[in-house]
Amino acid sequence: MSLKNFKEALIEKIIFLSGIASIILVILIFIFLAKEGLSLFKSVHLGDFLLGRRWHPISEPPQFGVLPLILGSLFVTLGAAVISVPMGIASAIYIAEVAPPRMKEILKSGIELLAAIPSVVLGFIGMTTLVPFVKHHLNLPTGLTAFSGSVMLAFMAMPTIVSIAEDALTAVPQKYKEAALALGATRWQAIHRVILRAASSGIVAAVMLGIGRVVGETMAVMMITGNAVRMPTSLFQPVRTLTATIAAEMGETVRGSAHYHALFAIGIVLFVITFVINLIADWAVHRKLK
Amino acid sequence: MVEGQIKIAANNLEIWFGQIHALKSLSIAIHEKEILGVIGPANSGKSTFLRSLNRFNDLDPHFRFQGSLRLGGKNIYKDIPVGELRKRVGMVFALPVPLPLSIFENVVYGPRRHGIKQKSVLEGIVEKTLQEAYLWEEVKDRLHISAMKLSGGQQQRLCLARTLAVEPEVILYDEPCSGLDPISTAKIEEAMRRFRKRYTQVLVTNNTKQAARVSDRTAFFLMGEMVELDQTGRIFTFPKDQRTNDYISGRFG
Repeated sequence: MSLKNFKEALIEKIIFLSGIASIILVILIFIFLAKEGLSLFKSVHLGDFLLGRRWHPISEPPQFGVLPLILGSLFVTLGAAVISVPMGIASAIYIAEVAPPRMKEILKSGIELLAAIPSVVLGFIGMTTLVPFVKHHLNLPTGLTAFSGSVMLAFMAMPTIVSIAEDALTAVPQKYKEAALALGATRWQAIHRVILRAASSGIVAAVMLGIGRVVGETMAVMMITGNAVRMPTSLFQPVRTLTATIAAEMGETVRGSAHYHALFAIGIVLFVITFVINLIADWAVHRKLK
Repeated sequence: MVEGQIKIAANNLEIWFGQIHALKSLSIAIHEKEILGVIGPANSGKSTFLRSLNRFNDLDPHFRFQGSLRLGGKNIYKDIPVGELRKRVGMVFALPVPLPLSIFENVVYGPRRHGIKQKSVLEGIVEKTLQEAYLWEEVKDRLHISAMKLSGGQQQRLCLARTLAVEPEVILYDEPCSGLDPISTAKIEEAMRRFRKRYTQVLVTNNTKQAARVSDRTAFFLMGEMVELDQTGRIFTFPKDQRTNDYISGRFG
């Protein structure tokens, strides 16, 4: 084999290995999670785990019901989605279709900057400004609530939603808009009926990825949502999310104990949730290609 | 041919895009219900002229103009709202641009925007305009499939039907057959000939033979100026200007 052919083959191998590395990592992570998490179900029934209303991992006997944690994550995520999705899409429409070129550049850098702020900093700001604000103005016993977490997380989901939705809107060929305008449509009619529709799959993907970011967020929710493990009944109560539970309790567990395995089982639940969200996003993106 | 009433009149129209002087001191009168062919090489200003008639040049932020442009005696910049202007002056583009909707929804897009909601009326419009664009027979059984699934020639005829559906007075064609097969081209030319007496039509084309086949009068543009305008029969046999002669005999362009 000549040197040139050898180089070709070598480069090809290296690229191939890099390419499959992420897949292999995902598989390994899943195997690890499953191995550590599933052994919980030797001692705890799956139904008691998913639907149990009490999470008392260190009482005697311990109770591992994750329903309050799932609901905590759900409350915070839905709250964040309600705030960030309409705002994010509106902002993307403004940037892609309405803003003059200079404004567009300023806004886009602003959004990128927002994405670059570490979540712990957002959590810190939320703790010192938003939490007292919520407590004071809504007249609550504490400002550390699911609602505060939702507001803060909305700021984290916004950059993802805006930038991906904006890409999708910009990718709609200009000629569609021109065709609509040539038929006498106003700018808003063209945006609403033609451009949004053509970009709909990209926008759904943007929303899903934004929500995915919220579900996985740990640091800010830990700082702001109050971390009370109980069944949430309203947005204006302290809650504890799945992620915060793992982060808060992992350091205190005995390796190999039921508590340790239960935290891994929570990891599996999170993994499944984000997997489903990504699957929906993926389906939305490819739906149009049919 | 007896000269009809004047539908569109441009007077000393000058158009710039930034530093580029795209149209120079154009004065032209387009008659009611005629087909005006506009020929000329690339960058001759013929598309710029066409796009000024439905204010499509306005979409370019560097666009500036001087002079006056009137539709039916009314200044299109002052007296007619832009939405209404584009309803009255329809446009068929060089490349077919079906909207990413069904065939049916493409045709009724304009009428819906202009307030027609009744289903039976919309259905009537779809059948009538698709027939006029010579597309009805090919699509009548699948009106609700995506317009993207049609062939290029069918898409262009759909775009023509969509333009007819808003009941324009003037139809602008911007090289409407440049990407089409000969059969679709023949069908579109046939439609244009049949629309004579019903619409005022302006056909910009790179294909001089198409202008010769279809238009009543033909204008020759070169480097932003209108060199000559005459009856089609005369311009293709006895052009007055040497440059026109050179262009139609294929010496440049």
